[in-house]
Amino acid sequence: MIIDDLAKQIGQWLRGDGPESDIVISSRIRLARNIAEFPFIRRCNDIDRANIESMVGRKIKEIQSLAGTGYFNVAQLSSVDRQFLVERQLISRELANADGARAVVIDPHEHFSVMVNEEDHLRIQVMKSGLNLEAAWEQVDSLDDTLDQKLCYAFHPQYGYLTACPTNVGTGMRVSVMLHLPALVLTGQIDKVFRSLQKINLAVRGLYGEGSQAMGDFYQISNQITLGKSELELIKQVSDVIPVLISYERKARDFLLEENRTDLQDQVDKALDTLQHSVQISSEETMYLLSKVRMGINMELVKTIEIPTINKLFIHTQPAHLQKLRGSEMDTAQRNVARADYLRSQLKGSLGKSFPN
Amino acid sequence: MKCQRCDKQVAFHITDLTGESASEVHLCPSCAKEYLKNDQDPTEDQSSVVSFISKQLQIGQTAEELAELDQRVCPVCGISFFEFRKIGRLGCPNDYTYFNKELEPLILNIHGETKHNGKVPKHSPIGTEVQTQLIRLRREMNDAAEKEDYERASKIRDKIRRLENGAES
Repeated sequence: MIIDDLAKQIGQWLRGDGPESDIVISSRIRLARNIAEFPFIRRCNDIDRANIESMVGRKIKEIQSLAGTGYFNVAQLSSVDRQFLVERQLISRELANADGARAVVIDPHEHFSVMVNEEDHLRIQVMKSGLNLEAAWEQVDSLDDTLDQKLCYAFHPQYGYLTACPTNVGTGMRVSVMLHLPALVLTGQIDKVFRSLQKINLAVRGLYGEGSQAMGDFYQISNQITLGKSELELIKQVSDVIPVLISYERKARDFLLEENRTDLQDQVDKALDTLQHSVQISSEETMYLLSKVRMGINMELVKTIEIPTINKLFIHTQPAHLQKLRGSEMDTAQRNVARADYLRSQLKGSLGKSFPN
Repeated sequence: MKCQRCDKQVAFHITDLTGESASEVHLCPSCAKEYLKNDQDPTEDQSSVVSFISKQLQIGQTAEELAELDQRVCPVCGISFFEFRKIGRLGCPNDYTYFNKELEPLILNIHGETKHNGKVPKHSPIGTEVQTQLIRLRREMNDAAEKEDYERASKIRDKIRRLENGAES
């Protein structure tokens, strides 16, 4: 498996199917694990890191069920490839930008990845399209068991799985659900929603995790606490709140339609028009406009384009994806032109079907 | 989790990538608004754990006690409490035992609990003592090599190999 294979397909988590997929983009669960016989990453020297990486790499090759996965030395990847994997959410920015030996195991279907030598020795993550935390847990749990047979995890009778940062100790688990909440943003209710989420110890992050602003009205809801509750309880804490958020978003959409249908139709049409006719366009503007169009499709204000197309555009218009698709490195100005080209070709194609001329 | 600047609940996790290195802040909505409006104060690049620790130490310790605590070094990985306090990341599994007295209230503050209630590794550990010893020996080997005491370094290396072989079977 090579990275270029991934560029041709669409990430599992953006496929746009699964339960409630008009609002819930994806469900993901990650487990932080450390190997007992090495210090945590911050106290590792170059040799320790290299030893961890080669040991994990060797063990993974021995695991039958992981045959067919890709194993990449992140340090040896080009910066475009590293950025590409970040955009794809297969590795974190931290892993992409770190120094020293580090790696990632990637499932060719992009259902899971395992980062080696991130903040913890192992970060095992599973992602599913739509609202599907149960399936994500089943898979990550069994992946964890498989690795557990080959490696000796750092585990403490009282504190559970030990992590470099005490905020992750215990289960080492982060459950997150990515939602598209454009109507809550438009109606100015999003802050109120977030305030109620923090009261029940849930965190809100943007599309690319910590640090990314809420690009394209995408928000990730995740658990804050990792210790004292079982994995299933932590999952329930997140999954209980999702239907509530979905109903708020739907109510906000209904409200917008009732109050201001003309205005909304105008916004959505202009967004689509800009995407279809720009000569150059930035990544930020693209995300902003695609979000409007995505909402428009779900509210039946746009009938000529399908959700999977829009989901694909969200990711294919990111800087590294554009460069992979074009097969050449481009600076920002060149990318803005290439992005507009790509959007024009993709959105015309879908329009062509309904408007034969 | 509490806001780094006040006692409210954290709602925003912001990573700033504008400086030389990425920094994280964890803030409540009102502090986050303020933070994003005012651009980043370059001195405020602490992670949430760092601020948790400093908050907690202000309550519990006198200056002398703190100075003494800072000097404590984990015999396994060599991290000092001072270093942990600065970077907010621990050095090795043994730190959870060695700094337990300081960590327990911190963990309680973060999670509201101090006892793990989730899954347990099925593959029984070979006994964490062996692993802890491995971490210490590797560090000692590096120290010896740095001091160009190659005889000692190679002796330690042999010992590591013996332990690893025992551990791998």
